[in-house]
Amino acid sequence: MEGETQVISCDVIVIGAGPAGLMAALRAGEAGAGVLLIDREPFTGGQLVKQTHRFFGSKHQYAGTRGFDIAVRITEKIECLKNVKILLEATALGYYEDGVLTVLHEGRMLKFKGKAIVVATGAHERFLPFENNDLPGVYGAGAVQTLMNVYGVLPAKRILMVGAGNIGLIVSYQLVQAGVEVAAIIEAAPRIGGYLVHASKVRRLGVPIMTGYTIKRALGKECVRGAIICKIDENWNPVEGTEIKIEVDAVCLAVGLSSLCELLWQAEVPMVYIPELGGHVPLRNEDMETPVERIYVAGDAAGIEEATSAMLEGELAGINAVSKLGYSVEDYANKRGKILSDLKNLRSGPVGEKIRAGLARLRTLRNGNL
Amino acid sequence: MRIRRHPILSFKREKEVNFTFNGKPIKAFEGETIAAALHAEGIKVLSESKRNHRPRGFFCAIGNCASCLMKVDGIPNVKTCITRVRDGMVVISQHGRGDPGDIL
Ligand SMILES: Cc1cc2nc3c(=O)[nH]c(=O)nc-3n(C[C@H](O)[C@H](O)[C@H](O)COP(=O)(O)OP(=O)(O)OC[C@H]3O[C@@H](n4cnc5c(N)ncnc54)[C@H](O)[C@@H]3O)c2cc1C
Ligand code: FES
Repeated sequence: MEGETQVISCDVIVIGAGPAGLMAALRAGEAGAGVLLIDREPFTGGQLVKQTHRFFGSKHQYAGTRGFDIAVRITEKIECLKNVKILLEATALGYYEDGVLTVLHEGRMLKFKGKAIVVATGAHERFLPFENNDLPGVYGAGAVQTLMNVYGVLPAKRILMVGAGNIGLIVSYQLVQAGVEVAAIIEAAPRIGGYLVHASKVRRLGVPIMTGYTIKRALGKECVRGAIICKIDENWNPVEGTEIKIEVDAVCLAVGLSSLCELLWQAEVPMVYIPELGGHVPLRNEDMETPVERIYVAGDAAGIEEATSAMLEGELAGINAVSKLGYSVEDYANKRGKILSDLKNLRSGPVGEKIRAGLARLRTLRNGNL
Repeated sequence: MRIRRHPILSFKREKEVNFTFNGKPIKAFEGETIAAALHAEGIKVLSESKRNHRPRGFFCAIGNCASCLMKVDGIPNVKTCITRVRDGMVVISQHGRGDPGDIL
């Protein structure tokens, strides 16, 4: 990089413009703070942009709206605020001791310093060990969605889906919608992990869901030409003689997500391992502030959940960050109370059991730590 | 292959953009990433592993995994899954780590 670049200061920097980051920027901006919202993608919305299905859930305002419509609506609201700047194709690379954040944008390294930072970087997909898993044509589920739902490009003619959680099921449905044949959905566990509604939807399209199966090997030299799958026993070991060869030109992995928190590690935010929340997650309090003062987290970066909770956490991080900086948030106490109770409702019932267990562990670890 | 008809989505493909991949002219549309445009042409091998020279395609499409690095307009290690196509762009398969010597 040529020369020293100037450090640009602002009140709040929000990293990641998915549902969590969008809401954080909106709420912080509404309170009058100078906000910089950055995302490495050429568009806002994060994972939402790829969601063509109507959102499930009945309690929240966006149920029944398609993901990409939600993203557009929030972005339009932000664009009305003069004190919020959105910078796209801007990747946050490093966070330094003096609070400087380096951002790669159009081939240049920019430096920013925020009085508060909201990290809303979302998640990354988990990988799976098997022979030839590095062949072109082995994709993460998110990549398949990006390719077909954002760019309108078909990832394959015939595909094997690995993982029958909600993401595997939903992406399979979307693949069929786009005109791709889904050869099968295989799932190592003895049961389908996703919701029954989604499973029934893909089954009705004629896609078989095979539980107790895993992928052993991808076939092909330059690109995927097929896959060998096999049964596994109750100790997750392959059962000999159960191999099946499937002709496909792509394999899609939907085997879970983990929080994306490199920047938080760099900022020395204490991280803890909580499998229920997706793996390593940052310590944080109820107001989404980490033990490192004025660094906030929200959404999947704080623990893998879903879009509505990401938006609520984003709002919480947004109003708390600006009120700490001395901006007055209209009706703060009520707003905060409402968000917290909405989050609680969202996480109630059997569907929220895992999250509740994870958050309980987080609370215990935090109390021990502070 | 590009999706022509979709039950829910419509794709804006207004302005054509022309670039080259290893010297071969490729037509794309404004707003597409390099990796998406190459995929639409059936080009799935974007890169290769450093030691064993195994082919690499894209995996994450969100700039996380670095399996889509290519040389773009002379600059190595460009994440082509989050870099948009521009008219006249020169895209080349990258061999090696992208050291200064590799650029020449
Ligand atoms: C197939 C699928 C179906 C889903 N269906 C539903 C559903 O029906 N209902 C539901 O509620 N949820 C659903 N979800 C989950 C939901 O999409 C996510 O939980 C939600 O998007 C998380 O929001 P987020 O803002 O935390 O992260 P994301 O949406 O992942 O956004 C993070 C953003 O940060 C950016 N970023 C990351 N690192 C950097 C960096 N270093 N510099 C700059 N920018 C960076 C990324 O580009 C991205 O735009 C689904 C997810 C998937 C994959
Ligand atoms: S495909 Fe992962 S960084 Fe481009």
